[in-house]
Amino acid sequence: MKRKTQRLYFILLGGLAVATGIALVLAAFEDSIVFFYSPSDLSQQTINPGQRIRIGGLVEAGSVIKDGDTVTFKVTDTAETLSISYRGILPDLFREGQGIVAEGALLASGVFQASDVLAKHDENYMPPEVADALKAAGEWRPSQDGAEDAETAAVETISTETQ
Amino acid sequence: MHALANPNRFLKLGDRIQPWALGLCLICLAVGLPIALAFSPPDYQQGDTVRIMYIHVPAAWMSLFCYGVMAAGSASFLIWRQPVANMMARASAPVGAMFAGLCLLTGMLWGEPMWGTPWVWDARLTSMLVLFFLYLGYMALGDAFDRPEQGDKAGAILALVGSVNLPIIKFSVDWWNSLHQPSIFSMAGISLDSSMILPLFLMVGAFQTFYIVVVLMGVRTQVLTAKVRAARLMRGT
Repeated sequence: MKRKTQRLYFILLGGLAVATGIALVLAAFEDSIVFFYSPSDLSQQTINPGQRIRIGGLVEAGSVIKDGDTVTFKVTDTAETLSISYRGILPDLFREGQGIVAEGALLASGVFQASDVLAKHDENYMPPEVADALKAAGEWRPSQDGAEDAETAAVETISTETQ
Repeated sequence: MHALANPNRFLKLGDRIQPWALGLCLICLAVGLPIALAFSPPDYQQGDTVRIMYIHVPAAWMSLFCYGVMAAGSASFLIWRQPVANMMARASAPVGAMFAGLCLLTGMLWGEPMWGTPWVWDARLTSMLVLFFLYLGYMALGDAFDRPEQGDKAGAILALVGSVNLPIIKFSVDWWNSLHQPSIFSMAGISLDSSMILPLFLMVGAFQTFYIVVVLMGVRTQVLTAKVRAARLMRGT
């Protein structure tokens, strides 16, 4: 075998070994790499009251109640919902139907006490006129975090109600 | 001197490409920047803040591209002992580091008003920071030896090992829950309104041609440095 071919195989094998190693490490640490849990994840995990975690989901429509500087709302991943209580300034993008990530801990009552609330946004960028036109035409499909499913579910509920 | 024959031919080609790349870069910037920063529409949700995207996204793509060149050049240097490939890799590192730094910085400026925080340790942001450090490490390691050949080899190995980070950055937003949104490219196409595609790609063109100009300057400097070194050795000083 020529030295060049030898070196080529050596590097390919080395690369394969490094990639496998990293893949195993990442798979093993998956729980710490995910930035937040969804409300559904929460029912499958054992999380002690007081343990600091992050919860992500969509702010449920009609669930936001402001009382002074305390705000309570529900986040949902369309399967499960979780009540969140937060005192502080909310990001500008916080609104019903928006994806958010809340950091804090579960209280014994089952309510999530958030110390920070961050807003997520999706990868759909468009001018306001286009967004309005899409909404008017009924073609509005936010695709973030299962928002699409939530939207479809909501539309289905409305149409069954009207029938 | 025989080893330098190939670099000379490479530089001759580079001399012909460079003015065109520079001209294209200036045109893309002159047309793209005003559209991106002023004349393109604001976003329905983020308003004018979305304009950060026209710097942030091309910088992010270029930082991955530069690392790709660095890794490919390093592999070709280690396997086939191609000196030009190594010079391309060495010249790409500072440009890539600059783009990665720009991406991180504009990302923080974007995250503060939109997410409500400039920095979180989610998979995308963390892997991007690792990329930035890989660039710095590559440059530091390459220059850390008395004999340049040793530095070239050590740097090339580091560049290859670090290349596992590229797919991690790309797919971090798909593999794990993250605060960062997914890519605008998906199987369904590009999730960017048509009015925003032109300024984005003009900026990508500007960054890409800027890279070509700068990397050719970097390779030329290295060829000249090697020649000076060879001449000094022959004179025995």
